[in-house]
Amino acid sequence: MSYIVDRRLNGKNKSTVNRTRFLRRYKKHIKQAVSDAVNKRSITDLEHGESVSIPTKDISEPRFSHKKGGKREMVHPGNKDFVSGDRIRRPQGQGGSGSGEGEASNSGEGMDEFVFQITQDEFLEFLFEDLELPNLVKRQLAGIESFKMKRAGVVSTGNPSKINVIRSLRQATGRRVAFGASTKRRLREKEAELQAELEKDPILKDQSKVALLEEEVARLKRKVMSIPFIDDIDLRYNLHIKVPQPTSKAVMFCLMDVSGSMNQSMKDTAKRFFILLYLFLKRNYEKIEVVFIRHHTSAKEVDEQEFFYSRETGGTIVSSALKLMKEIMEDRYPANEWNIYGAQASDGDNWNDDSPLCKKLLVDDILPLVQYYSYIEINPRRHQALWREYETVAQEHGEVFAMQQIMDQSDIYPVFRELFQKRTTA
Amino acid sequence: MSHEEVLKKMLEDDPRDFISTGSEWSFDLVQEYDREIAKIAESYGLDTYPNQIEIISAEQMMDAYASVGMPVGYQHWSFGKQFVSIEKNYRRGQMGLAYEIVINSNPCIAYLMEENTMTMQALVIAHACYGHNSFFKGNYLFQTWTDASSIIDYLVFAKNYINTCEEKYGIDEVEQILDACHALMNHGVDRYKRPYPISAAEEKQRQKDREAMLQAQVNDLWRTIPKLGGSEKEIEQARFPAEPQENILYFLEKKAPLLEPWQREIVRIVRKISQYFYPQRQTQVMNEGWATFWHYTLLNDLYAQGKVTDGFMFEFLQSHSGVVFQPEFDSKYYSGINPYALGFAMFQDIKRICENPTEEDKRWFPDFAGSDWLATIKFAMQNFKDESFVQQFLSPKVMRDFKFFAILDDDQDKELEVSAIHDDEGYRRVREALSAQYNLSMNEPNIQVYDVDVRGSRAMTLRHFQHNRRPLADDSAQEVLKHLHTLWKFDVTLESVDNDKVTDTWHCPMPVANDEE
Repeated sequence: MSYIVDRRLNGKNKSTVNRTRFLRRYKKHIKQAVSDAVNKRSITDLEHGESVSIPTKDISEPRFSHKKGGKREMVHPGNKDFVSGDRIRRPQGQGGSGSGEGEASNSGEGMDEFVFQITQDEFLEFLFEDLELPNLVKRQLAGIESFKMKRAGVVSTGNPSKINVIRSLRQATGRRVAFGASTKRRLREKEAELQAELEKDPILKDQSKVALLEEEVARLKRKVMSIPFIDDIDLRYNLHIKVPQPTSKAVMFCLMDVSGSMNQSMKDTAKRFFILLYLFLKRNYEKIEVVFIRHHTSAKEVDEQEFFYSRETGGTIVSSALKLMKEIMEDRYPANEWNIYGAQASDGDNWNDDSPLCKKLLVDDILPLVQYYSYIEINPRRHQALWREYETVAQEHGEVFAMQQIMDQSDIYPVFRELFQKRTTA
Repeated sequence: MSHEEVLKKMLEDDPRDFISTGSEWSFDLVQEYDREIAKIAESYGLDTYPNQIEIISAEQMMDAYASVGMPVGYQHWSFGKQFVSIEKNYRRGQMGLAYEIVINSNPCIAYLMEENTMTMQALVIAHACYGHNSFFKGNYLFQTWTDASSIIDYLVFAKNYINTCEEKYGIDEVEQILDACHALMNHGVDRYKRPYPISAAEEKQRQKDREAMLQAQVNDLWRTIPKLGGSEKEIEQARFPAEPQENILYFLEKKAPLLEPWQREIVRIVRKISQYFYPQRQTQVMNEGWATFWHYTLLNDLYAQGKVTDGFMFEFLQSHSGVVFQPEFDSKYYSGINPYALGFAMFQDIKRICENPTEEDKRWFPDFAGSDWLATIKFAMQNFKDESFVQQFLSPKVMRDFKFFAILDDDQDKELEVSAIHDDEGYRRVREALSAQYNLSMNEPNIQVYDVDVRGSRAMTLRHFQHNRRPLADDSAQEVLKHLHTLWKFDVTLESVDNDKVTDTWHCPMPVANDEE
């Protein structure tokens, strides 16, 4: 009478739709949790999702229910020493033995948080929703791509290092057969004739004919021998063609001013900005390298720890960092292999006569090679010379250069969004 | 004889013939256990729907959980919320999954989890496929209120219908209606009237006609053109609805003035599903008690027949005693009375009273003390719900075993009072209190559609009839009223009434200027 069915192979994610519905409904809460989380994470910490908590009040499904009060008789198990008529002090707080089930959840409502996990993918999805890395496809459209050589058969021209020996020799054999075949056939005929002549009775032998034939055979043999074993036209070369290959590597340059005027909270702010950029690149590229350049009057390449947390003091020469970035780019990150992104954070201080130099370095040496360069100024005060110089850069190279001012930490995310906002194609 | 020879002889003499000895299950073994258990169940005359046993994985079990046991469910965020929290608890290891879920359908669908051992599979088969199954088929509430043969088809119809609505009118629109309906779900059942049987095929056929017809009726009700003849005053004075309506969703489906036809259909779907689950909520103790009683009886018989090993029984008994464990009121694990424990104890006790009645039993249960136990428990299973089952069959012995006591909590009294305990003076009072505790209509606020201003503002007034002065929870009342307002679309007022005296009112929309402040 019973049927036994194996359902294990049926899809297990029947609830996915409902889960998505749930996430959709509480998008606002989840986004808040996501951007809070970004503030706490280390720059390369991308391995896990995030737990999101929503006030229970916001997701409760209301029903008519009773609250405490009125008259109510409840039966409980496990009497120890009560007898009828005993009077007990009302238990304080919720969940006491006298309050029974049901009520605890009513009176406790609004206190707890509903906590759940979103996956890493969902985390990043929420983080980068609506954002698109600018110029991501621009490289391909402009035809500046990196290439990979790929074998594409054999051809008859090329350089000696690419000779395909087997194909060349096969070609030569073919040519020799083709050129020599008729001569060889005639040679065989003449030789047979000569043989027949020689085997005749000595009386009948025609000596002049023999001499003629022998001469002919010798001539034909020379002719066969004169066919070259290999000729120029036999040579075959392997062909390699360039196949355009989208670059899947990116390098991110983090440039930060660590002069005396930058305090730790400004550095923390900058750090969060760099984290966001890193997370964002991570999503789009297979391999990412990060180069940290810190500078005061001179620039230095450092590791992450030193970049964010070691202290130095001194004046500020921004161009030193740009120069170092240019050198590292030339040295290690050729632009045809790497997508280069630059992000610079500073409080805006710079020696006045250095700012024009910065502009020149940027415009001539850096911007042509990078995908995108962003500058954030963490400075609640008035702008200085560097900002004004950069403003002119932004006007001229708006498509690869962006700049923003950040007042405090809560500005980071909006600024980040602004910098990398989806640009509607004009 | 050497030791080995003794052992060999013992094994040869052993009349036992185990179905299996390991803990791994296989499809063949599941089939064989089912066959053996079915044989025993038949010897007891258990009447069941055919069984459909489905093996599923833990993830699928979570899915089934999240959709409140409906094998096919429409899409709604609340199921997603449920799923997310189950998933979280399960991943953290805070919660074991239920061993089984069983669906009141014909054939009766039972889910077995693949992680279970063979023993657990056998336990679940006995519990779900013969216990719950025979309860679904036999109990009068299920017979009257649910239609096991058509529920799956109806759920499929509902799912597709709601899907179509989402495509036509947008997810948000549909979600809003569903949210509102869910808030009123507990007030979407006919507590006394038998509903029409549901059938997916007819539903589909009739649905179009119904849409048109319903709308026509509604239009008629709200017609503003004055009727010819008849005194208008008379009409005005007549209250509408003539009798207060307890089935709020039904009232909305039939009478709400501005609902679109598809919205009415969704109200109807939620109402029908609520109605389908209503008997389950009314028979928790009985249903679980019955199923537990039978898995205990069936598996013990299997052991007596020598079909299962001692190891099997140990594992089974450990699991069984976990299921029927009742923490005492002062334990930190206490969260009310365990329906498995109470139900199992009561059915076992009825059997005891039939087989070995004491003097006390004969005094308390003259009708069935000493009679045929099988007939008695079947009669109990078929004709009662929790409330009346407790009232009729809870014996002093069970009350003593559980050490039941009743606490009277009166907010006009500073202290709680122990109103009765498990002694001669208290048995009846405890039993009555416990019975009342299982009376759903007393536990859920009794809220009815009281009046609608048909000729004027179309405002609706609901009344909450207080029982023992128990008040409504304010926040949720206000929230539910908002949902009600989205369906009714005109002013909604809720009055809480104690002895014809209104003690509390809520409005939606909230009055703009509040004089009191």
